[in-house]
Amino acid sequence: MLLSAENLSVSRGGIAVLEGVTLALAPGQALILRGPNGAGKTTLLRTLAGLQPLLKGTLQADEGALVYAGHADGNKGALTVRENLEFWAAIFGGGDVHPAMDTYALASLADRPAAQLSAGQKRRLGLARLIVARRAVWLLDEPTVSLDTAATAMFVAAVRAHLDAGGSAIIATHIELGLDEAAVLDITPFKARVTALDDFDEAFL
Amino acid sequence: MIALLIRDLRLAVRAGGGFGLGLAFFLIVVVLVPFAVGPRADLHRVIAPGVLWLGALLACLLSLDRIFALDHEDGSLDLLATAPLPLEALTCIKALAHWLTTGLPLVLAAPVLGVLMNLPAPGYVPLILSLALGTPALSVIGTFGAALTVGVRRGGLLMSLLVLPLYVPTLIFGAEAARRGADGLSYSTPLIMLAGITCGTIALLPFASAAVVRVNLR
Repeated sequence: MLLSAENLSVSRGGIAVLEGVTLALAPGQALILRGPNGAGKTTLLRTLAGLQPLLKGTLQADEGALVYAGHADGNKGALTVRENLEFWAAIFGGGDVHPAMDTYALASLADRPAAQLSAGQKRRLGLARLIVARRAVWLLDEPTVSLDTAATAMFVAAVRAHLDAGGSAIIATHIELGLDEAAVLDITPFKARVTALDDFDEAFL
Repeated sequence: MIALLIRDLRLAVRAGGGFGLGLAFFLIVVVLVPFAVGPRADLHRVIAPGVLWLGALLACLLSLDRIFALDHEDGSLDLLATAPLPLEALTCIKALAHWLTTGLPLVLAAPVLGVLMNLPAPGYVPLILSLALGTPALSVIGTFGAALTVGVRRGGLLMSLLVLPLYVPTLIFGAEAARRGADGLSYSTPLIMLAGITCGTIALLPFASAAVVRVNLR
């Protein structure tokens, strides 16, 4: 297993959002997270990525195996597309950025400052970072936002290539990716019950 | 780590990076003080070390909120926190980049501005020495302040208030070394104290900054 979580409870701002989440990812597997806005998809992904402490349960993952992509792409507008990618490649241990640029058709934009890219091109640059990171588990939070149909197809192809190479991915998304081999996990049933306030707070309410 | 340093330096010198901001502020303070004090060369000679040190300190303060705020806004701080780079190393590099883009130019500009303040000839070496030893502490303490306010919108005011008292020892010993040097006295004791403060902050504060960033990212 590349990543497994058992009976996981996650919280945001001190309030439990999800509880009892159990999931496991083997090499070559993809998992699609579904749930309405505010259901806790982002919180779950951030907890899996190690950005937030977990409230309860166990999480088993090799810390060096994960790469996280959130709502913000983390591109620097003053750097060119190539410089942005080369920076992330260096941070994640070096490597060639050309395969990533080819996957997302960024080669013609390589010397353009990231600030001048369109929203979809910025997102493609953000997704290309996943390829240069060369990590086994991709944690993706709504990766297809502002992508057009062609770019979404590029993304699905990149995920497939990653799965075929023995990687895995957890993708929180609202759209149909056409990634039929992926398992789907609807997180709505795991919604945390509102826990009673403890006595100390109640005295003041 | 080197890649992060190069990226931060590159961002600082490109358009909108704020490389000249501290330097310009330092220049403005030191040029304007003689006008405000009046044409009294004897008085300028007395206040020169203090004014130069205060100007450098405030110039440092000016660019602190850029250290983490920009990375937090565009999401790269989240991504760096999940990258294989330890957060302690990240905060060290951030402080180093801040010093290279703000502190070092101030050290190099200080002797030129000392001429404008009629700094006595024996005061130049201690001024440069004290600034070179003291400004790294300003950057490291400032990185800690920036880390404390990383998730706070418009946190600049809060950060200034948090950081200013922490800057006081550095200012006292730095300005004291420069003043003693300008008066032709021995300045080794305040300089050693200053070096001690700098070493202490460099040794301890990156860990505190990293812990605070970790909490603020939750």
